[in-house]
Amino acid sequence: MSIALALAKAGAKPAGKRPYFLDQEVERVLAIAMAAVQELAVARERIDTLERLLQAKGVLAAGEIDAFAPTPEQAAERGLWMQEYIARVLRIVQQEGEAITAGTHGDLYSEDVAVELAADAPV
Amino acid sequence: MDGSGDTPITAAAPAYDGLPDSRVVGRHGMFPHTTHDDIARINFLAQLNRHLATQVAPFVKTAWETRAEPRVRAAEGRAPKDRHEVRKALLGDPMFATWSALRRMTMEQRQQTGRWVALREAETLAARAKSLTEGDPGLSLDPTLPIPRYVSAVDHHCMAGSYHTELIPGDVSAGANYDVGMFITTGGLLGRWSDGGGRAIVEWVKREKPDFKPRRILDIGATLGHNLLPIAAAFPDAEVIGLDVGAPMLRYGMARAKALGLTNVRFIQADASSLPMFEDGAFDWIQTTMFLHELSLTSMRAIFSESHRLLAPGGVVLHVEQPQYTPDMSLYEQAMRDWDAFYNNEPFWSTLHEIDLDARFIEAGFAANKLIHDKVSADARDIFPAAADDTVEDFGRKAAWRLVGAEK
Repeated sequence: MSIALALAKAGAKPAGKRPYFLDQEVERVLAIAMAAVQELAVARERIDTLERLLQAKGVLAAGEIDAFAPTPEQAAERGLWMQEYIARVLRIVQQEGEAITAGTHGDLYSEDVAVELAADAPV
Repeated sequence: MDGSGDTPITAAAPAYDGLPDSRVVGRHGMFPHTTHDDIARINFLAQLNRHLATQVAPFVKTAWETRAEPRVRAAEGRAPKDRHEVRKALLGDPMFATWSALRRMTMEQRQQTGRWVALREAETLAARAKSLTEGDPGLSLDPTLPIPRYVSAVDHHCMAGSYHTELIPGDVSAGANYDVGMFITTGGLLGRWSDGGGRAIVEWVKREKPDFKPRRILDIGATLGHNLLPIAAAFPDAEVIGLDVGAPMLRYGMARAKALGLTNVRFIQADASSLPMFEDGAFDWIQTTMFLHELSLTSMRAIFSESHRLLAPGGVVLHVEQPQYTPDMSLYEQAMRDWDAFYNNEPFWSTLHEIDLDARFIEAGFAANKLIHDKVSADARDIFPAAADDTVEDFGRKAAWRLVGAEK
């Protein structure tokens, strides 16, 4: 039950109206970005711990990660992952780009199509 | 130099003098369990606060001097007249807006980080507190106590539910959240047990009143007792009482004190503006630490008056606070210090720091020639060696305070 409480309430709004210093839309996106930035730091610390533990256990030598050079096959796999990752992150840019030309061949709002499709045939 | 990266390194890398890892904070028997990720979140937020104070806030000053203040002068044909005009002018400056937005977010993220830790094991923590305090007359709660308006109106420093809200029976999560997050705002400057304020006041009393042998000490607004415990440790023959309106804080505080082995402390749920359960002259020492700014003018006057009644002849009242806004403090600094009042839910902060505290002591019955004014600061060298030379000003958050008080 405590975990449900944490999920529901950890981010609860404090009593008192929130001040905004930037345009509200901008500040909202910045707040989400800062939370993501925080979680990146969290992941980075965890990886650092992992590397140090592996070094301490003799699995990894100091500097081995920085000295690592992928083989061409490994580089290709990683390159592909990076392409996929960037495409995911910039999905909205892709869709806005496609919209530039989609509009010229009759791209419609579903809301408008709904009106069209709901129209009864004249009796 | 072409930036190609082959510039020879001629000097050794400078030694790190930044914040310590938050694992330096002491783990006692009530401290919530923190995962590697929780600790990393705390580290990040402490470093982010430090960055905002050292790297971004100076740009706000530059923006004020080069853009915002000239705009006020051009518009009004005169210098800004008070800190409120400075703050309103700053609101229109993009650098102040960016710094403010990020500062507000770090506070919200700090609360979320701490609440995640505290709520995730809320039931376990409540059970642990119960096992540590059950049947102990030292913990005295009053579920009928009305929560004062100055606590319930807005949640201080964005702490959802404030000091008093109970989410489950026997809740201590507000105390656990407070404890786990203190490092974030102060970056370790309060020391291993977050008790820098209490240790500073002990040092002052031992130095200024070497023969003082208090029998009973009252700490008002004690929250989890972090500033009360060093006093109890330094004066083991005294009975030390922590007072607060929030039951989750008191339960956590009593359990924390027991986990740390203190036996001469009590925690009582009460509103310090009226303490009929204590007779006149019941205390030799009454104090608060970073508490006055969370009150209202009416309650502060009542607390000063009640403190005078409760103090025994020869006793002392001591309040640790951030400095007052005096004419020698620039309007810019006053406006920056006011930030928490308006944007971090500290609504009495601005008023508290402009009023004549001496007059309030005298009004409460203290003699004008018995008032105390001094400076105290936390010693955090146990976990943060560079803290001794720390000069970073974070506008209301620095662990260097003014001591105001009175003898009776």
